[in-house]
Amino acid sequence: RYLSHVSVVLTMDTMNPNVKRVEYAVRGPIVQRAVQIERELKMGIKKPFTEVIRANIGDCHAMGQKPITFFRQVLALCSYPDLLEDGKFPEDAKSRARRILQACGGGSLGAYSTSQGIEMIRQDIARYIERRDGGITCDPDNIYLSTGASDAIVTMLKLLVSGEGMSRTGVMISIPQYPLYSATLAELGAVQISYYLDEDNCWSLDISELRRALQEAKKHCSPRALCIINPGNPTGQVQSRQCIEGVIRFAAAEKLFLMADEVYQDNVYADGCKFHSFKKVLFEMGLEYSEKVELASFHSTSKCYMGECGFRGGYMEVVNLDPEVKVQLTKLVSVRLCPPVPGQALLDVVVNPPQPDEPSYDTFIKERTDTLATLAEKANMTQEILNQVPGIKCNPVQGAMYTFPRIHLPPKAILEAKEKEQTPDMFYCMKLLEETGICLVPGSGFGQRDGTYHFRMTILPPKEKLKIVLAKIKEFHQHFMAQYS
Amino acid sequence: FSVERGTSLAARSLIAGALDQCSPLTLTSLTGVRHKSQGPSVEKCGQMRFITAEAKASAGRLEGKLREKTLTLDTLNPQVKAVEYAVRGPIVIKAGEIERYLEEGGTKPFSEVIKANIGDAHAMGQKPITFLRQVVALCTFPELMDSPSFPEDAKRRARRILQGCGGHSLGSYSASPGVECIRKDIAAYIEQRDEGVPSDWENVYLTTGASDGIMTILRLLVSGKDSSRTGVMIPIPQYPLYSAAISEMDAVQVNYYLDEDNCWALDINELHRSYQAAKQHCQPRVICIINPGNPTGQVQSKKCIEEVLHFAYEENLFVMSDEVYQDNVYAPDCQFHSFKKVLYEMGPEYFNSVELVSFHSTSKGYTGECGFRGGYMEVINMDPEVKAQMVKLLSVRLCPPLAGQAAMDVIVNPPQPEEHTFKQFHQEKSSVLGALAEKAKLTEKILNAVPGIKCNPVQGAMYAFPRIFIPPKAVEEAKALGMQPDMLYCLRLLEETGICVVPGSGFGQKDGTYHFRMTILPSIEKLKVLLGKVRDFHIGFLKEYSGLE
Repeated sequence: RYLSHVSVVLTMDTMNPNVKRVEYAVRGPIVQRAVQIERELKMGIKKPFTEVIRANIGDCHAMGQKPITFFRQVLALCSYPDLLEDGKFPEDAKSRARRILQACGGGSLGAYSTSQGIEMIRQDIARYIERRDGGITCDPDNIYLSTGASDAIVTMLKLLVSGEGMSRTGVMISIPQYPLYSATLAELGAVQISYYLDEDNCWSLDISELRRALQEAKKHCSPRALCIINPGNPTGQVQSRQCIEGVIRFAAAEKLFLMADEVYQDNVYADGCKFHSFKKVLFEMGLEYSEKVELASFHSTSKCYMGECGFRGGYMEVVNLDPEVKVQLTKLVSVRLCPPVPGQALLDVVVNPPQPDEPSYDTFIKERTDTLATLAEKANMTQEILNQVPGIKCNPVQGAMYTFPRIHLPPKAILEAKEKEQTPDMFYCMKLLEETGICLVPGSGFGQRDGTYHFRMTILPPKEKLKIVLAKIKEFHQHFMAQYS
Repeated sequence: FSVERGTSLAARSLIAGALDQCSPLTLTSLTGVRHKSQGPSVEKCGQMRFITAEAKASAGRLEGKLREKTLTLDTLNPQVKAVEYAVRGPIVIKAGEIERYLEEGGTKPFSEVIKANIGDAHAMGQKPITFLRQVVALCTFPELMDSPSFPEDAKRRARRILQGCGGHSLGSYSASPGVECIRKDIAAYIEQRDEGVPSDWENVYLTTGASDGIMTILRLLVSGKDSSRTGVMIPIPQYPLYSAAISEMDAVQVNYYLDEDNCWALDINELHRSYQAAKQHCQPRVICIINPGNPTGQVQSKKCIEEVLHFAYEENLFVMSDEVYQDNVYAPDCQFHSFKKVLYEMGPEYFNSVELVSFHSTSKGYTGECGFRGGYMEVINMDPEVKAQMVKLLSVRLCPPLAGQAAMDVIVNPPQPEEHTFKQFHQEKSSVLGALAEKAKLTEKILNAVPGIKCNPVQGAMYAFPRIFIPPKAVEEAKALGMQPDMLYCLRLLEETGICVVPGSGFGQKDGTYHFRMTILPSIEKLKVLLGKVRDFHIGFLKEYSGLE
């Protein structure tokens, strides 16, 4: 038994190889280094800066955005119903809290809900979707609440993955993409099929590129799903209606299951851009499509004007899902019991906000408008300042919460990065972090065309801070270019 | 008495209804006509009742062709298909249908469905702990910090939690392993619980309920092909999260049987037997223990835990100890021993080498806060590189819900004797645990008075898992209907009394034995009525199926 002292059961050699292949840059090495630096600063170690600014993740509240008062009032009332007797809370918040609690087991947020989510909340969501989509019907039975949108996306992909070798499921994802997709495909052992967004054309989606990617993939796997992120993460583009129609036609012709990640649906800033839901476009294309194309669309409480990431609220709507598969989906989600009930309650208020005749309406509208207007202003400012820097080129931030500028890196820097066994943009971002305290994510974490380099930064810091961040980046970049040219 | 009675129309329709949950194949979907609500209905039950498995399979293919779906039962991830989860399985779906039927004015021999299928304390009327909810409300709406109606103790905790949150808001993401100050509070709590055994906060990871932590660890452990595929040892009976996760990950389930004649104790010889047998076809690498037991309610002795740990050490097994019921111990001669503490006391040779992960949750204990999905795991002796991989894996899902993390913090950092809120807190806690102990006793006593039901003492957790005698005639009838005998029993119980319990087959049991799991959570008054109904039903059932000879 001498072996047992040294032999560990779970090692790099014996662990699940798919987990090893998972990569998630948004919280990758650069963020771990940022945490370390924060600790070093706390310990009094001198740095050329006094604080780390995290522009790596779309975490609004962490960047100082204030929660919507009405939402938090309802949640506090639900958490501690004694407050329903408190005269300080507005009646509309109380009536919503009462309604939510009535739908919870034992009138408590502490009870499990049904695995699909509280029925009343699913009905509220369905009505919200109907309003959003100009009256196209939505069946509450097609709504599944989730633990953030990520949870639902992973669940849908889990259903889709099957086959071995040539028949293994392939999933088409955009490049650049939000790395939840690549990470999940790696974990599930599915085949990633990359289609490239057109950087020269405001990161738009080109159908002929979809076709190219699909034809190539067919040689080694069985493509079965197509994922779209609209508005785009990390790329910030907002898809035109025409483009969405093209995607739907393509999915119908190629029998692809459509997954539409629409968590930034309220985050549209650019003039002339408008959010079109895949569901609405699908149903307006006629029965030939609306009765056939299988679609799952995702939404979340984490983005838009709410920014309530910590509550892990979200939902998906499934359309044309095979009834037998739906039973399997319900069974699968039941193993995890239910999504967090406070997140469900929050989602209910998001889809059922104060109405013009209610006491909280004015405050609610003001808070929402202010938040979205500030984001629009910051989107504009970011793009403008970055584009003034020689060697940085930034597409308009039409929507979402990020800019994904292309950065020109001199050959000497690329060489040095290679020597350090880092991707050149990781080398760049690491240096930026060490010298300025600004934490960004290298473009390689999202995918990019070979030989091009980018970073993703959020537009979320408060305006004054964002100006400083951008000025520091500008200065850093110029210095970097001078050093390596 | 007619021989046909056993397969009366009512029984058949309810049984078909249960099957319908598994595969709601309908005529409308066969012809490709789109229908709005895909929820199963009585008409559909009728249509599919006599379809054979073979016919179903070919119909499925035909259907796929006509509708040209990408995702069908044929193309679905086969591991997902293999997943089973009885706690929310067909019988619970059926219960939901009956509830709706009653709401819509339908009549049944009862006026309400009593869900004794799931450990959902608040749904059964248990009140939340005031202090916990005060802290969560303060964190959610910090304007309340100015309100004089909230105690200072609660405000202090809320402030501390918010200081640990980005932007001082529950709405920001936390670090993927959880809020740092909460991890520290948990480590301090574990040290205190284990009387000084050191706990490093960096070994503590917050999770979305304990289930999430269990899935994560299993995911890391599953690898290999064929005879080198990871085998996971689980107790039988077990909590079906384990079997479901093993199916989903395509690992090998390795059963070890608990000893029903011995209060569901874990027998070390049985572990050896099961391990040796499994080694023939897979590589057993993990042993899972649920203590106190779910669904079996036993509390493990210290000696037994030592034996398990020694076994794991000898056979090089990774230990997962599910300790979510650690505060739910009722029998006066039983005490909860954490695996971690026992491991420590076995000496450094064990404490420094056995890989152990233990799980806890906000959902059970005296708080019963299931809806918040709070939980944590403590990871010991994990290879540092693997730990880095785990953190990476956790980071993809961003973070556990913050409200659940806050709730967890209150559980590990409750009011202290010198604080104003202590008295009320202590009173609420004792009253919940006192009532549970009483109900545990009551359940065992009443069930054991029924001929044909035998129930081990409910030493801990929240369930009774009595063995039920099912007459051969009933077993035969169930087989003819293609279902487990205890499923037939539970469906009849539901249909006739409105009581929803889960058949033992959903948890696993020795061949030829039958059980059901029921929670002890309904209020004492309701529980008495419920147990009375179970008794009457059981006696009637025995009579019906024995009197036909």
